[in-house]
Amino acid sequence: MAGLVLNDEQQMLKDAAQRFFADRAPVSALRRLRDERDATGFSRELWSEMVEMGLVGTLIDEALGGTGFGNVGMGLIAEEAGRNLSASPLLSTAVLGASLVQLAGNDSQKQALLPAIADGSRLTALALDERPRHAPRHIETRAEQNGDGFTLSGRKINVIDGHVADTLIVAGRSTGQPDDSEGLTLLLVDRDAAGVSVQRTIMVDSRNAAIVTFDNVHVPADAVLGTPGKGWKPLQRVLDIANAHLAAELLGIAQESFERTVKYLQERKQFGVTIGSFQGLQHRAAHLFSEIELVKSAVLKALQALDDGDERTPEMVSLAKAKACEVAELATNEGVQMHGGMGMTDEFDIGLFLKRARPVQQLFGDYRYHADRFAALRGY
Amino acid sequence: MADLETFRRETRAWLEENCPQSMRSPVQSDADQCWGGRNWAFKSEDQRVWLERMAEKGWTAPDWPTEYGGGGLSKEEHKILREEMARIQARPPLASFGVWMIGPAILKFGSEKLKKQHLPPIVRGEIRWCQGYSEPGAGSDLAGLQTRAEDKGDHFIVNGQKIWTSYADKADWMFCLVRTNPDVKKQLGISLVLFDMTTPGVTTRPIKLISGSSPFCETFLENVRVEKDQVVGEIDQGWTIAKYLLTHEREMIGGMGRTAAGQKTLSELAVDALGLEDGRLADSMLRSEVARWDLDARAFELTAERVLDEAKAGQGVGNTSAMLKYYGTELNKRRQELLMAMHGSDAMVWEGEDWREGALPRQWLRSKGNSIEGGTSEIQLNVISRNILGLR
Ligand SMILES: Cc1cc2nc3c(=O)[nH]c(=O)nc-3n(C[C@H](O)[C@H](O)[C@H](O)COP(=O)(O)OP(=O)(O)OC[C@H]3O[C@@H](n4cnc5c(N)ncnc54)[C@H](O)[C@@H]3O)c2cc1C
Repeated sequence: MAGLVLNDEQQMLKDAAQRFFADRAPVSALRRLRDERDATGFSRELWSEMVEMGLVGTLIDEALGGTGFGNVGMGLIAEEAGRNLSASPLLSTAVLGASLVQLAGNDSQKQALLPAIADGSRLTALALDERPRHAPRHIETRAEQNGDGFTLSGRKINVIDGHVADTLIVAGRSTGQPDDSEGLTLLLVDRDAAGVSVQRTIMVDSRNAAIVTFDNVHVPADAVLGTPGKGWKPLQRVLDIANAHLAAELLGIAQESFERTVKYLQERKQFGVTIGSFQGLQHRAAHLFSEIELVKSAVLKALQALDDGDERTPEMVSLAKAKACEVAELATNEGVQMHGGMGMTDEFDIGLFLKRARPVQQLFGDYRYHADRFAALRGY
Repeated sequence: MADLETFRRETRAWLEENCPQSMRSPVQSDADQCWGGRNWAFKSEDQRVWLERMAEKGWTAPDWPTEYGGGGLSKEEHKILREEMARIQARPPLASFGVWMIGPAILKFGSEKLKKQHLPPIVRGEIRWCQGYSEPGAGSDLAGLQTRAEDKGDHFIVNGQKIWTSYADKADWMFCLVRTNPDVKKQLGISLVLFDMTTPGVTTRPIKLISGSSPFCETFLENVRVEKDQVVGEIDQGWTIAKYLLTHEREMIGGMGRTAAGQKTLSELAVDALGLEDGRLADSMLRSEVARWDLDARAFELTAERVLDEAKAGQGVGNTSAMLKYYGTELNKRRQELLMAMHGSDAMVWEGEDWREGALPRQWLRSKGNSIEGGTSEIQLNVISRNILGLR
């Protein structure tokens, strides 16, 4: 056991990612995408550079064009992307798409999709949630057997990067009732297939999501991912993977927001002294520091658990996501408050961290969702 | 690696053979602890045997050098010993301010004479120590302490008063902060001295706590003679050592709320008290509070683990003891409040066998001191903001 520390290779990756995002995709880049109402919502050029650096293939085996660096590696990348609010299809494609195909795909699907993901030529999106609050089993979208293939009908919301994805991975119900675990089928659907309509939604964080509707979409048999009706198992695992990386992103957001705030406390003067000399603020900052230390440990543990195949991975992931949600919320709220009026201005960056944190918290379950799941997994 | 595996095998076998059965259950309260010392009355023959055998191997102070009676274990071996003891739920053989606090300070700063004189009896649990830091006028502002030590050539004469001295009435020796130079900046005129509690002029008076017990005392020092060779480190340099020692103390106190191997977790106790409905705690508001605590407690345990792992790997920011002390003690207070809440009126009973003589409310009350002793929570937050965040 390596313990709760990074090894040399991981430390190098973290340093490289840190330099890369700060240099190539800083907060000002997100601002530009927003202000120019960019149709893609991220920079394709940036994505190519991420491909070249090998970041996109982090979760993909070397034999299939990736680097096989694993979840600890991808978590470090997500954390640094979080610090810089870097917009890219990292989650939708390099995490969700890559993991789901790797877990549930057959050989020819893997051969077709994974190298294409790693080389940047294919973007994917997971069409899962149907309700505004994450409820992964609440699926009404029908995936009905039709000859060899399936017919898909329904409506999905909060599909991250849905408007640019080449391939949608859709969770549909073949049997049973909403909220059943049995009967879910995962389907690969081209975004421009007949009957698919995509409506981009502009989100509070200026990042991308879409509402996707399926109107009697025909899906051929070879586009079924895994065993029909048995989609819940791989889905659960992929949600654990994604939530660990979302927790890592929240850790990056919380740290950056906190560090900027501490710097402001050291610089801003009122009553003839720096505001950081006021104990009322010092103690809140020191408390937040402690909370962030806890998040660091929980996130690293969850990522290691995923890579080690630890049987308590779901518990560790819910711990990390719940704690990261709670602390990112506190850090971004304190960030705005401690900047005073400046914190309310669009010109100042601190508000952007607040606006990014909330959608990341909501995606695939917030504090409440994961605290509940954690308790249930621990037998109460 | 192979050596470590051998060490684990041998340790496991030795513990199997040498740890008495009755010492293989979690410490439930202070009454189960073995504090040692000249006047210690062992609670059982097993308790005596367990201390003796562990002390013989130096495993009451596993990472101290063998020449002073310690176990001479590396960090890795020490970790294995802890794990193997936890595996069979072996109790610590000794609770000791000597091992936790003054020993490490003597090892780091003390003269060869002090090491030879004091460390072996600490390892064997023969001498029990108390900590004379706080004074009526010097609590959080510890450096403002007034107890005077007058230089008499080869010895000092000490006059003053200490307060909140835990177990002063049961201890054999005191490590004590005294002012050796009143004419310099307050941090620069302090020394750390050691003396026997039977020295003429030392008297103690127990103070009763809200929990009903009297674990600490007022200590009066009247013309107490302290030999100069009983100064730890240099004269007037005591503040640095005092702070080093506080770091150890804080880490120890911060860890007190942790659930020991074999002890029931808070959520298990909640299930016992409230029952389950459809697999969930029957009281939904309490369930969410228990879950919030549980998340924090797990993340805190992982953090304590990470801090150790980082230290082993030579990484990390250092300076984490204030954070661990602050968070750990606040966590333990929250745990005690939840225990009180889930047991309702049962938790309000103060006496009577059926209620273990009020164990629940007594430990709840005792926990309030966790965020005061060893430096208050507010002081820890000051340390974090000043030393780590650079806010001043
Ligand atoms: C159970 C227990 C065991 C103890 N054992 C020992 C022992 O063995 N040996 C020993 O020497 N001492 C011992 N102590 C004493 C302990 O170290 C002191 O009580 C502690 O340092 C606080 O000092 P005080 O009691 O004088 O409180 P004060 O310093 O008077 O503090 C009162 C309140 O003011 C706050 N405060 C003070 N200064 C500041 C500041 N700068 N900023 C913000 N808030 C501030 C404190 O946080 C606290 O809330 C023990 C205490 C307890 C409760």
